[in-house]
Amino acid sequence: MSSGTDKDVEVKDTAEEHSTNSENTKPDSMSKDEAKKFYEEKGLDLSPDVPVKPKPIPAFEKSLADKVSSKFGDKISVDYVRADRIRVTAKRENIVDVAKFIRDELKYDHAESVSGVDYPDSSEIEVIYHLGSYTDEKLGRQIFALATRVPREDVPNPGSDSTRTPSLRDVFYSVEFHERECFEMFGVYFEGHPDMRRLLLPEDWADIPPFRKDFKIKGR
Amino acid sequence: MTTQLPPGMHIETVDEKIMTLNVGPQHPGSGHMRLIIKVDGDYIVSCDPDPGYVHRGEEKMAEYRNYIQNIPHLERPVIHDSSNILYPYCLGVEELLGIEVPERAKYIRVIAAELNRCIYILYWLAIYGIFLGHSTMFMWPAGDRELFIDLLEAMSGARVTHAYLVPGGVRNDLPSNFEERCLRQVEYFEKRLREYEAIFYQNPLLKARTEGSGILSRTDAIRLGTTGSVLRASGVDFDVRKKEPYDVYENLDFQTIVMKEGDSYARSRIPYLEMFESCRIIKDALKKMPKSGSVRTKLKPNPKGGNDEVYRRVESGRGAIGYYIVSNNRPEPYRVKISVGSFRNLICMPYLLKGEKLGNMPAVYWGLNYWPVEADR
Repeated sequence: MSSGTDKDVEVKDTAEEHSTNSENTKPDSMSKDEAKKFYEEKGLDLSPDVPVKPKPIPAFEKSLADKVSSKFGDKISVDYVRADRIRVTAKRENIVDVAKFIRDELKYDHAESVSGVDYPDSSEIEVIYHLGSYTDEKLGRQIFALATRVPREDVPNPGSDSTRTPSLRDVFYSVEFHERECFEMFGVYFEGHPDMRRLLLPEDWADIPPFRKDFKIKGR
Repeated sequence: MTTQLPPGMHIETVDEKIMTLNVGPQHPGSGHMRLIIKVDGDYIVSCDPDPGYVHRGEEKMAEYRNYIQNIPHLERPVIHDSSNILYPYCLGVEELLGIEVPERAKYIRVIAAELNRCIYILYWLAIYGIFLGHSTMFMWPAGDRELFIDLLEAMSGARVTHAYLVPGGVRNDLPSNFEERCLRQVEYFEKRLREYEAIFYQNPLLKARTEGSGILSRTDAIRLGTTGSVLRASGVDFDVRKKEPYDVYENLDFQTIVMKEGDSYARSRIPYLEMFESCRIIKDALKKMPKSGSVRTKLKPNPKGGNDEVYRRVESGRGAIGYYIVSNNRPEPYRVKISVGSFRNLICMPYLLKGEKLGNMPAVYWGLNYWPVEADR
């Protein structure tokens, strides 16, 4: 992360470039300091909030999410149901069963992406499978996000520590390379994956998995 | 005595009949990636793709820059298709920040995306042609590509890396008399495209090499999660522009090209036919576009996303590109995952090359529409 002073300069720069068109727009002739004062007087702290618009829950997506939750009950939690998007979090013990149900009953047939997200504050790494369907007409717009959380160790030893989860490769064949990428970038070992080797990183990479938050880019 | 090897490592046994070849990473026929190919005489018995030679950590870099600063570096994975790889990022950030895009900007974005798709496909077609020994097919597309590069240069000011799409619209309005110029060039290009058919696609030598090679069945295409022209060449009617229309694609007149053969010839023909559809889209969008109005909703200074996440996708020249963006009340995204068509299609390379003759490797490899720089990100 950049230091505090750097960040202040950044904020002012963007403030000048991307001013809004409303009455809160500052006159162009203002200097940077005046502009900052102007925003403060207006009560704008240069960090506008995202407008919160409650949206109606779409019926079709709700019915899909209900099927999953009625089958697995409290073993899973439905995080959100939005237009075209559903997200469900399962415990890693159940994730293969949930994935099989999604494939066989809901007719999702391939994975679009497998992402890891590092949460060092809660000592967890989240693995998210974004699933889609080619065969079912109705699911063309839909993306089903199936997530699970695995423990994270401060000193990682990829492949030999507790950061592991069952692989979904037998359920969705298309996750093969995505899981390999997640393994090298986050150190999540996928049990049952037939070919858990590095994919993008060099063979002699000797640092921690680079997409973890404690791996810092030099100079930042 | 057996030694404990780290996970994923194994000791390889050597078979005297089988020879291992490294195709790449310097070989021009593989791009910046390595294929570890084992051959028995002339036939490939196994192929292990080894990408990563151009991995630059775009996803990691995105976590250190705010939503606007991320624009120029996120288009680097495919500079020839820079509008399409920025498109889902813009859609995602707009959804995260709750920004509405002006109607005119939506049409301009579609035009920019389709022009860029043609630029990419022509570039790819040129390489495909030269690797099959057809040097005319290298020069024609490389020359015709300039038509679209000129148009995008007039729109954005840059020839290749445009950074033209921004969250909230496009960077600047179209220049004066752009509509007539664009229409004229697109109509000229359509005439040129018809000539490609006779010289390249009906060429018996091309057909002999590509027809029936590297067949991917419909079931396998779905099971392996392929996307883009690879998927449509195997008979699956799936195009994100039709299935999940973004911006104004639902108002525009075009169709999805699907072929059933699933061989290298079909995979190379689909992008070509899609250029006709791109021209149709551009002409239709020019007709339906509002003639005046705002082209950019200005963002608030240094905008922060809420505690939220989005997954948005578009159809690029190489298949669907999906952006998964997680934000956590900060001006920078917490995590950006880019799921690109090249990376998703990489998985079928071992399947398609198995049993092929080594000399036919370029026909199968380039037919996959694979772009190593994009796959590595």
